[in-house]
Amino acid sequence: MASSQIIILAIVVTSLATFISRFMGALTSEKVSVKSKVFQWFNCVAYSTLAALLGRMIIFPAGVLADSSLIIRIVVLFICIVIFLNSKKNLVIPTILSAVLLSFFNSI
Amino acid sequence: MINPKVFVKGLKSNLGVRSPTISLGACFIALGALLKDAGFNLQQSVASSFFTYALPGQLVMAESLLISASLLNIFIAVWLVNFRLYPMTVSLFPLLKHKSQPKWKYYLSSHFLAVSSWLVAKEGYKKIDKKYRIDFWIGIGIGTWTTAVSMTVVGYLLADYLSKDVMIGLAIVNPVYFFCMMIGAMKNINVSIAVIGGTILGPIIFLYSTEWAILYAGLIAGTVAFLFGGKNGK
Repeated sequence: MASSQIIILAIVVTSLATFISRFMGALTSEKVSVKSKVFQWFNCVAYSTLAALLGRMIIFPAGVLADSSLIIRIVVLFICIVIFLNSKKNLVIPTILSAVLLSFFNSI
Repeated sequence: MINPKVFVKGLKSNLGVRSPTISLGACFIALGALLKDAGFNLQQSVASSFFTYALPGQLVMAESLLISASLLNIFIAVWLVNFRLYPMTVSLFPLLKHKSQPKWKYYLSSHFLAVSSWLVAKEGYKKIDKKYRIDFWIGIGIGTWTTAVSMTVVGYLLADYLSKDVMIGLAIVNPVYFFCMMIGAMKNINVSIAVIGGTILGPIIFLYSTEWAILYAGLIAGTVAFLFGGKNGK
């Protein structure tokens, strides 16, 4: 187990590595106009980067999620998306249901 | 300095049937419990959510510590996994810009940039007067950020009572919520290609390069979406 000092340093390093991207984003934004092509490109890249992260989280998850089976994760995701699309895009029902479904499937 | 009415409007975006609060709460409860297992004390767990406030990066940190990775390795791994925040900021902040607003508001509030707040802001900014959009954003951000930090505390304290199946259930909430939110955002061809392309490419490239997968997949799928959807998109 890591020592207290290492943990604190890891928190500092993690926070810096994260804030760099946010702060650089704020600086770049000063020069980017909403109507420009560059803005459109950033918008596409933002959505696809996010989608790539989520795809990875479902297929190759980190943390506890890795202890559930891939098929179950995909089935749960699929059921929840169908419910989302059929409930006037209500987000509370599918999110709560996802936790209940996965816990249930994983325990049987 | 901050328009209170608009600020409260932003804060209130965190309530209701489209709110990110439940999903954020669930994943930060899971994170709090995970950090306790990784040997963090309560203060350290809170500090992590307070200063980093980006779940995938925090997971990478916790896992890297378990395998005794070096600080430089942690820095690079976290930077790569959280790099998405850069294009996300650049695709949001220009929409919130106004000459009358001071720069420090933008610099400081960039800390609130996370998937949840970003999607909420993207959905709601149009209804807000351009002059006060940054205050709307600060309202959203304060709401999501405090939820994350307080739920980390709850998760840490509940760690001993959460069974493994419950933890796994909590951990799926976040990707499910974000997938639904993104599908809701697929209103034009650009975004649709970007989302579908990224979802497919992310895991495929991950097979070849675990660290660079998200960055490459995002750049490739995003550029393809931009080029193909250019004429039809908004």
